[in-house]
Amino acid sequence: MIVRISGEGQYRLSDADGERLNQLENEVVAIVNDGREDDFRAAFQAVLSFVRAHGTELADDALETSEVILPPSDATYDEARHEFTGEGLIPD
Amino acid sequence: MAGLGGRMSTVVKAKVSKLLDRAEDPAETLDYSYQKQVEQLQNVKKGIADVVTAKKRLQMQENSLQQSVVKLDTQARQALAAGKEDLARTALERKNVAQTELQSLDTQVAELEDQQQKLTDSEQKLRAKIEAFRTKKEVIKAQYSAAEAQVRISEAATGVGEQMADVGLAMQRAVDKTENMRARADAVQELEAAGTFEDITQLGPGEDDIDRQLKELSSQPAVDDELAKMKSEIGQGAPAPQIAPGEQAPAGEGEKA
Repeated sequence: MIVRISGEGQYRLSDADGERLNQLENEVVAIVNDGREDDFRAAFQAVLSFVRAHGTELADDALETSEVILPPSDATYDEARHEFTGEGLIPD
Repeated sequence: MAGLGGRMSTVVKAKVSKLLDRAEDPAETLDYSYQKQVEQLQNVKKGIADVVTAKKRLQMQENSLQQSVVKLDTQARQALAAGKEDLARTALERKNVAQTELQSLDTQVAELEDQQQKLTDSEQKLRAKIEAFRTKKEVIKAQYSAAEAQVRISEAATGVGEQMADVGLAMQRAVDKTENMRARADAVQELEAAGTFEDITQLGPGEDDIDRQLKELSSQPAVDDELAKMKSEIGQGAPAPQIAPGEQAPAGEGEKA
């Protein structure tokens, strides 16, 4: 699957890695839902590091659409929290 | 798309898709859509130039703060040598505020540099994708029936559009950041400009409002330490120049410049 990290680029991940990414991502969502701000950064960075480490970056001129788009690496806890409640990084 | 339940990315993707939907049908007229892309690339370039301008502005502010630090230090020494400890303390408070602000500016400049780098990378990707789109649309026009071509071009245009949305998001974040920085920098600059003594004799007894604000902003323990250090450097009881007319000279000190 193709995964984009906003502000960085697109990566191709195997289906198995896609499953793992899914788990990591759900952990972040759980952290945000529980309001565990202190745990957010490490968990969120783990998602991004996983993609960078396991994915193959697409060429600049690739014209493929991403199945997954992740927030930019400097996204804050507040932005992530707002993202799930409507506002946030990208206006509705 | 099996197992694609990650809500974080799904939310972001859904919003990007909405942004793309809002744009005119990218495949409607192939050449028009390409032309639009090129226009947007120009906007991205403008956006990068704005970040660079903001960064330069902060760097200029850093320079002037550095000069203030040197000046205030000199003024504190002069005041202390003249036995005017209050004046020296005020100068050191201002110096402390300026130094704190300098550190914060350093961080901000580094942040903007990071943003600039990201935007430049993103612009490069966008340019490569637009170029690929241009080639592709010609190939597809030549090889496929109209209906098929439409589908394929639409896919390619979405690929470009996603990158465009991505740059747009990065740009928006950069703009937000620089606006926050500018507001803060302006406020401190105003305070700082008002607080630097053009001439130490201008500072009369008593505190004006700016002094009180500066005092609140500065770290008193750091100011105490520096004052003590400066005192020991200058040496207690050394003859002091009289530089502030209108203020009473400490007893027993003669005039010396």
